[in-house]
Amino acid sequence: MSNANSPATDAAPGLMAKALREGLFAGLLAFGMFLLYVGVETYQNIDNALVWRMRWGLLAVFVAIAAVGRFLVVGFIRPNIDRRKLSKAKAGLLEVSEDKGFFHRHFLKIAMIALVLYPPVIVTLYGVQGSLKFVDNFGIQILIYVMLAWGLNVVVGLAGLLDLGYVAFYAVGAYSYALLSDHFGLSFWVLLPMAGILAAFWGIILGFPVLRLRGDYLAIVTLAFGEIIRLVLMNWSEVTGGTAGISGVAKASIFGIYSFDVGASNNFAKSFGLPMSSAYYKIFLFYVILALCLITAYVTIRLRRMPIGRAWEALREDEIACRSLGIDTVKTKLTAFAIGAMFGGFAGSFFAARQGFVSPESFVFLESAVILAIVVLGGMGSLTGIAIAAVVMIGGTEALREMEFLKHIFGPDFTPELYRMLLFGLAMVVVMLFKPRGFVGSREPTAFLKERKSVSGSFTKEGHG
Amino acid sequence: MTSANETMTSDTILKVEHLSMRFGGLMAINDLSLEVKRGEITALIGPNGAGKTTVFNCITGFYKPTMGMITLRQKAGKEFLLERLTDFEITKHAKVARTFQNIRLFSGLTVLENLLVAQHNKLMKASGYTVMGLIGLGSYKREAEASIELARHWLERADLTDRADDPAGDLPYGAQRRLEIARAMCTGPELLCLDEPAAGLNPRESLALNTLLNGIRDETGTSILLIEHDMSVVMEISDHVVVLEYGQKISDGNPDHVKNDPKVIAAYLGVEDDEVEEVIAEELDGGTL
Ligand SMILES: Nc1ncnc2c1ncn2[C@@H]1O[C@H](COP(=O)(O)OP(=O)(O)OP(=O)(O)O)[C@@H](O)[C@H]1O
Ligand SMILES: [Mg+2]
Repeated sequence: MSNANSPATDAAPGLMAKALREGLFAGLLAFGMFLLYVGVETYQNIDNALVWRMRWGLLAVFVAIAAVGRFLVVGFIRPNIDRRKLSKAKAGLLEVSEDKGFFHRHFLKIAMIALVLYPPVIVTLYGVQGSLKFVDNFGIQILIYVMLAWGLNVVVGLAGLLDLGYVAFYAVGAYSYALLSDHFGLSFWVLLPMAGILAAFWGIILGFPVLRLRGDYLAIVTLAFGEIIRLVLMNWSEVTGGTAGISGVAKASIFGIYSFDVGASNNFAKSFGLPMSSAYYKIFLFYVILALCLITAYVTIRLRRMPIGRAWEALREDEIACRSLGIDTVKTKLTAFAIGAMFGGFAGSFFAARQGFVSPESFVFLESAVILAIVVLGGMGSLTGIAIAAVVMIGGTEALREMEFLKHIFGPDFTPELYRMLLFGLAMVVVMLFKPRGFVGSREPTAFLKERKSVSGSFTKEGHG
Repeated sequence: MTSANETMTSDTILKVEHLSMRFGGLMAINDLSLEVKRGEITALIGPNGAGKTTVFNCITGFYKPTMGMITLRQKAGKEFLLERLTDFEITKHAKVARTFQNIRLFSGLTVLENLLVAQHNKLMKASGYTVMGLIGLGSYKREAEASIELARHWLERADLTDRADDPAGDLPYGAQRRLEIARAMCTGPELLCLDEPAAGLNPRESLALNTLLNGIRDETGTSILLIEHDMSVVMEISDHVVVLEYGQKISDGNPDHVKNDPKVIAAYLGVEDDEVEEVIAEELDGGTL
């Protein structure tokens, strides 16, 4: 530091000392933070009394990760990144390179082909029964969240209305399907649009009083509405079955031609002489939710280029300016709310058909928070970014279940999926640090005169209610 | 409505009568009456805090006046009582557009998109309230092309064609001012209200603004009501000047008349009231008034 002539050689020992110091400090901090959260464990002994004991080993692992991680970041990773940036700057290369690779240019097509081929590839790799886990837990589960997040994106990302109760519409869709198919025996394909319409209808009813509020107030009231719907579902036992929920919800069929009910004469597996397995149903559902996602994306993309979609984005940017241009902002907000709710309703009825069981348990506030987190992480307004965020977050939490090897590090009682919220929080902090606007922060213009230039995230606003 | 009909001649587009606006204990506007003539540029001037922006907010529906009547008469003869309409209805039905003292653009949308948003109502109708447009029926496609043409026209007039595909927030200050005016014009207004359009402009930009406003008046026949501090701009382009002080009208007439009005001079130089009376008395004695 003192000798300006040879910074590269002189800086190294100072750097190491600094890295050591910061690593030690991070370790101390982690010790303080995790002492109670991780270090102490409570359990019931033989007399059914609650006692606690220390988990020093696990705590040590957490502290070690923090200390070593910080040491490596300060001592090696950060200088390395700086050096690379410097050499790039010296070479005259710009940070934003316009030269996009083949993968980048054809990203959507490649992703589509990969998704369509996913089930057959998995079946050939793992067999029919073995594919179940991958198609259901990773495929369908992620795609449901993609669809939900794309639906919420209309409300939050485009119109800039912070909705913390989105899961309410998901619940309306799920219960609509479960109840109507139970009482009237209507099929999935009739009830799917109906569930969407009912959810949109609820969106409008809730929207009327709520959308006059702005910012924080809107967020709080939507949060409350989400909870109200859940509480109604829990307590209106005669209709909804209360906390026990509704089980035995009818499965979807292939447009009534083939059924997936084991007893049915037109059972899919029987008709084709295949061995009985629930995997066929899941594979079918995978394509259904994929189609639903594509419809959601298509409608969103089309709507963005229509006057209503532009009005949504204008509303996010400046509501008063919108009104000065003769735009009825209340109606505009209501349409955004209704369309978002409709997609939530579609996803809900699909969820009920997939699960065969609905209960209020599935529609807690945490779900709303997860969906919102995906939208924010992906980059508000960007379909690609949101899809990537859903894969990372939902796929990541599912993958945690598979990480048996973690038991060897943290000990045999370690259940990785209990830490998925920690992962969520961590991912959130990391992404917000490095990409404060989400994975895809820029926005594509909906019309152009000469050339289509994407708008940098620094100009767009998040909306204020 | 009938009483307004009798009092309003066809060359008046806007008539404000006995307008008062009270904020708590503050009378921001006190019994103000004024007229805007069709096809003219009318300037509303006055010292800081005189209540000019408040008058605009009353006319465009952002504030509900405490008292008074605001009548707008369109070219086709249709009349609107503006104090009874809400802000967006005033633009949508009565065809009054406005700009803001502190520019309000959609900064994350491109310049072109800003101008397309301004044509929202027309496009909504053409797209069958989205339903027809979504399935590709109706006149939406044709109307969408026409809206881009209109945007292109105003981009040229505002000298923004080169920046059409850039985000509005990326424009320099003067260009943002011009874009806000172009955006207001894209709503197809009969009356255009501009709140300090020349504020913060350099002399060259200020000159370009004068040309733009004169062009709007002469070519589209749009009447303009503008607030301005810069006296050189006011004297240069306005046909009629109204002077406000403490929410009251102190002078009204053509630029030359207002410029020489001792009350206006006193208001702008900050002379005490009794001194103004002295000045007036002197002038009366001298027979100049
Ligand atoms: N919403 C409001 N609530 C309370 N007081 C207000 C409000 N709007 C304006 N006022 C007050 O009314 C008076 C007139 O304000 P106004 O903004 O109309 O002045 P102005 O003539 O536009 O001034 P400037 O030249 O500075 O823009 C001021 O004293 C202001 O503080
Ligand atoms: Mg003002």
